[in-house]
Amino acid sequence: MSLVIDVGTVLRDSVSVFYSSLLTRHTGAAVRNEIERRVVEVGSPVVTTIDFSKIDLLDVSCADEIVAKLLLRYYEGNNGLTGYLLLQGIRDDHLDAIDAVLEKRNLALVAWHDGQAELHGIVDETERRHWEIVRELGPVTSDRVSEQLGTTDVQTTTQLTRLWSRRLLRYEDAHFTVPGTVEPAVGEHAQ
Amino acid sequence: MELVFEQLAPLPREQKVVIDARHTRWASPYGLTTLLCVAQSRLERADFTVPEHTDTASYWARTGFFRHAADLYELHGHVPRHREGESDVLLEITPIVQSADVHGVVGRIKDKSAEILHGQLGLDMAVTGRFGMTLSEACGNIVEHAGQGGWVAVQTYAYRKRLGRRVVVIAVCDAGVGFRQSLESSPAHRTSDRWDDSRALEAAVLRAVSRYRHGDDGRGQGLAQIRKFVAKWNGKLSVRSGTARLAIVPGWDEDEPMQETLPYFPGSQMQIIIPEKVADNASATLSSRSTAARPAVRAS
Repeated sequence: MSLVIDVGTVLRDSVSVFYSSLLTRHTGAAVRNEIERRVVEVGSPVVTTIDFSKIDLLDVSCADEIVAKLLLRYYEGNNGLTGYLLLQGIRDDHLDAIDAVLEKRNLALVAWHDGQAELHGIVDETERRHWEIVRELGPVTSDRVSEQLGTTDVQTTTQLTRLWSRRLLRYEDAHFTVPGTVEPAVGEHAQ
Repeated sequence: MELVFEQLAPLPREQKVVIDARHTRWASPYGLTTLLCVAQSRLERADFTVPEHTDTASYWARTGFFRHAADLYELHGHVPRHREGESDVLLEITPIVQSADVHGVVGRIKDKSAEILHGQLGLDMAVTGRFGMTLSEACGNIVEHAGQGGWVAVQTYAYRKRLGRRVVVIAVCDAGVGFRQSLESSPAHRTSDRWDDSRALEAAVLRAVSRYRHGDDGRGQGLAQIRKFVAKWNGKLSVRSGTARLAIVPGWDEDEPMQETLPYFPGSQMQIIIPEKVADNASATLSSRSTAARPAVRAS
């Protein structure tokens, strides 16, 4: 099951119908709370995608409240927020704010742009190489990734497991994929 | 404004003062927003004499200064009628109290900022969104930290004497608690012998320390983003709080990076200057400071 949340709609529903920009911590906290409420209401979606395509400006304070704190809430694991959190519809100036908050809190996430998954935030070079191979070949086994990168099974498994534990990769039936690849999100509501 | 602060600092807050602006010929958005903060910092309603020069008074009216000053000061002299729609005033002086005010400010300048930043100052189109973000963060600081409302103004003008180019200037000022007191309210704060307004400014502006950092590692990013924006567009950032003033100084300016033991003034006063882009970045002209008359204070 996947869920797409249009954050522009959430902003207008939860803060003001006149707003098109995500600005200030106050606004960010209100939007994050509403996103959490919608995710929990739907009940354990495997992939939740936050769509920023209707957002004009995003400042750093708001990005921290929505993106960084939402990711941290997913990591807590005791609040009904399960599965994978993705972004889509983000522009270069949105990325300035998103990259800043991910860097500050040592976080990373997957965003989809024109049908291509991108990795943002803090990942080291080895992690990134493994993630990109999975993006290219997935669904793919650890053995196949190891073969492609010329690394040992242990090294590859360690890296892929780390990426999976950070929710940057999915693992199902002994195969790794980038979240959002196999089960594309197709609507405002649970699919 | 330092001359005004110097005269105000020794006076008790309850003492009535007169801000005499009769001979003033010019004021920056920083000067005008700070003059409103001066009124907010006094317990006794201050008197204010309006500039006598027609052009000056007319310009101050266009910025919206008198509209707000009338609520804070006893105004004396001829106050020109307020007219809107002047192209050099990107954002009239606007009060910032709550989050909704920040949305209002950023929304209001959206269309006009693209025209001015890209059209008049020749900056890349990418600057527009970042400009809005920077403005939002600067205003958000008032909502988050000042403890009382403040003011924002945005304007373009020819900065000929210093730079020989047009600039866009953001001024965000308040008379609230200031950086030092804000950081002291954090449970993580440890006072040392070297702790003062200048150290508080260094901590907040240069090291992104926030009073909320205790328990929330993501705080303090707003000022870091403002610094990044200013550096990217070869701009200047200055922040005054209490008795200190910190500046991020670009090559085209001669300001001091840190000034200490200034006359005390409450709150924080921030100014961001982004210059027009020119083909040859090295051609900036440096010259002496403006000598335009500034407001004077007298106790009454």
